[in-house]
Amino acid sequence: MRVLIAEDQLLLRDGLTRMLTAYGFDVVAAVDDGSQLVEALVSLRPDVAVVDVRLPPTFTDEGLRAAIAARAEIPGLPVLILSQYVERLYARELLSDRAGAVGYLLKDRVGDVRQFIDAIRQVATGATVMDPEVVTQLLHQRDTLAALTPRERDVLRLMAEGRTNAAIAEHMIITEKSVSNHINTLFAKLGLPPSGSGHRRVLAVLAYLDQ
Amino acid sequence: MRQKLRRAVSELGQLLGGTAIGLAAPFLLFLTLVSVPSSLAAGLGILLFVGVVWLARRLADLQRHRAATVLAEPVPSPYLPLPKGLLARARMLIGEPATWRDLAWVLCQFPVGLLSVTVAIGLWLGAVECLFAPLLRALLPTRTSFDPVVLELTGRSGPLTWLLVPVGVGLVVLAYHLPRHLITGQARLANALLGPTSAARLSARVDRLTATRAAAVDASAVELRRVERDLHDGAQVRLVAATMNLGMAEDVIDADPAGAKVLMAEAKASVGAALTELRDLVRGIHPPVLADRGLTGAVQALALKLASGIPIELDLRLDRRLAAPVESAAYFVIAESLGNALRHSGAQRIQVTVTDQGDMLHITVGDNGHGGADPLRGTGLRGIQRRLSAFDGTLRITSPLGGPTVLDMELPCAS
Repeated sequence: MRVLIAEDQLLLRDGLTRMLTAYGFDVVAAVDDGSQLVEALVSLRPDVAVVDVRLPPTFTDEGLRAAIAARAEIPGLPVLILSQYVERLYARELLSDRAGAVGYLLKDRVGDVRQFIDAIRQVATGATVMDPEVVTQLLHQRDTLAALTPRERDVLRLMAEGRTNAAIAEHMIITEKSVSNHINTLFAKLGLPPSGSGHRRVLAVLAYLDQ
Repeated sequence: MRQKLRRAVSELGQLLGGTAIGLAAPFLLFLTLVSVPSSLAAGLGILLFVGVVWLARRLADLQRHRAATVLAEPVPSPYLPLPKGLLARARMLIGEPATWRDLAWVLCQFPVGLLSVTVAIGLWLGAVECLFAPLLRALLPTRTSFDPVVLELTGRSGPLTWLLVPVGVGLVVLAYHLPRHLITGQARLANALLGPTSAARLSARVDRLTATRAAAVDASAVELRRVERDLHDGAQVRLVAATMNLGMAEDVIDADPAGAKVLMAEAKASVGAALTELRDLVRGIHPPVLADRGLTGAVQALALKLASGIPIELDLRLDRRLAAPVESAAYFVIAESLGNALRHSGAQRIQVTVTDQGDMLHITVGDNGHGGADPLRGTGLRGIQRRLSAFDGTLRITSPLGGPTVLDMELPCAS
């Protein structure tokens, strides 16, 4: 799988390159500057890009803006944004084109190597992966979720993190069937139409939470 | 003697100058009285009025300059910038208190100047006449048509004219000392009428406070941004890298224990570096030794830490704890000045003095380097200025090319 890395900190850029190579990715480019990023993304068309939000020259949200710009040219270009902190606003901007294949994770998550690699692969296949922190921020702010049972909340959170029904079932130690039951009930409670594919569920959930 | 003579002559000259300035008064008054009513009727009056004010201002500027020399303190000019256009200008001049205060001053200066110079010259003349009264009596034994006053007053009585000699000595002393006070008096008059009113002074002070407060807010925003950037690019990055290494080690530990060990060693090094960076950052925000030992201890510690080949001499005369913000500002301006001296001056010796003057902390940092420190270049000196100005403190830089450089700083510290 061809991956592009955009990270200005040498330590992390090398670390990510080493790690992704070790897990069988083909690192086609490791960019350290926001101004080259859009062009690199568009011309190299990686299967997935791992991008730091804050990049030179402005050291603000350069990476995020470059990702959005590149996705405007190539809709659905898979991008996983990494950041030292998560902002709900940024999550919304990233999701707003509704094309899926986006991820937004705290940099801390690279420590859970398998989950992190898994998240990259999921984004590459078109899924949406939100950091638990984003999801928690959203869940905390919604009273409409009061109607959900704790169990259903767990399912919603895991769904928002981009997990499949099977993964949720494994995590919660319940059957897949009961997972899909929970999903149907909570969709009904939230007034969402039940639907199929992974990222669309998350989009639906987030769109609802963020309306 | 010669010096005294020169001084007496120069003081008389000054009084004559003051009188000459005052002589413009009747002329200006006349023109003002003519121009104000006539400006109601015709445009010429407006022109006349603006001209009169212009002239009064030039005279006032001249007198401000003279008064500033006499009083050894500046007499600031209170004029506001003038708008374009004759009508707008006239309207503004009529409304501006400085215009009328200038005219009032010219009117006072006229009699005051004239009187001063008359008294000063009269005293000398009187002194001379008294001193020479017996001689005059001998030279002019009979009544003449141009009899000096002394002879008329004494009626040519011998003992009386001799009595006038000590009076003459007294008059000489008076004539020598009085002009100085007359000059100072005129300068004070100018200072009272030509300087800014207390309202204007207050408003200038408010302006300055507003500017320094903005600078202080600015300085703290820059500081916060620096802290955030340091954390983001330093400790946080190292901790993320450590997490990444540990994660990878965890993943491979069964299959490749040796590889995992290498990864863990790297992680440990990253965590160590993160701790060092956090420590440095904390020291940059508020040095622990400053909190523990106050300014004196912190500056001693700083000198030890910076000690390289260049000796740093300390003379710290402060044996109390200052308010925390003042202490911290003083510490950072000293640290910044020392850093500048070590980095840029090429000095062989650096001296730091701190003197507690009760309500003011006096700090100097001097070096014998090559000088040429310019506050317009480089952010160091400007940073010092900004930190000081937040407390109404001042920075004076003496740094001729070729050195030496002395930064003279004052920081109000009343507790």
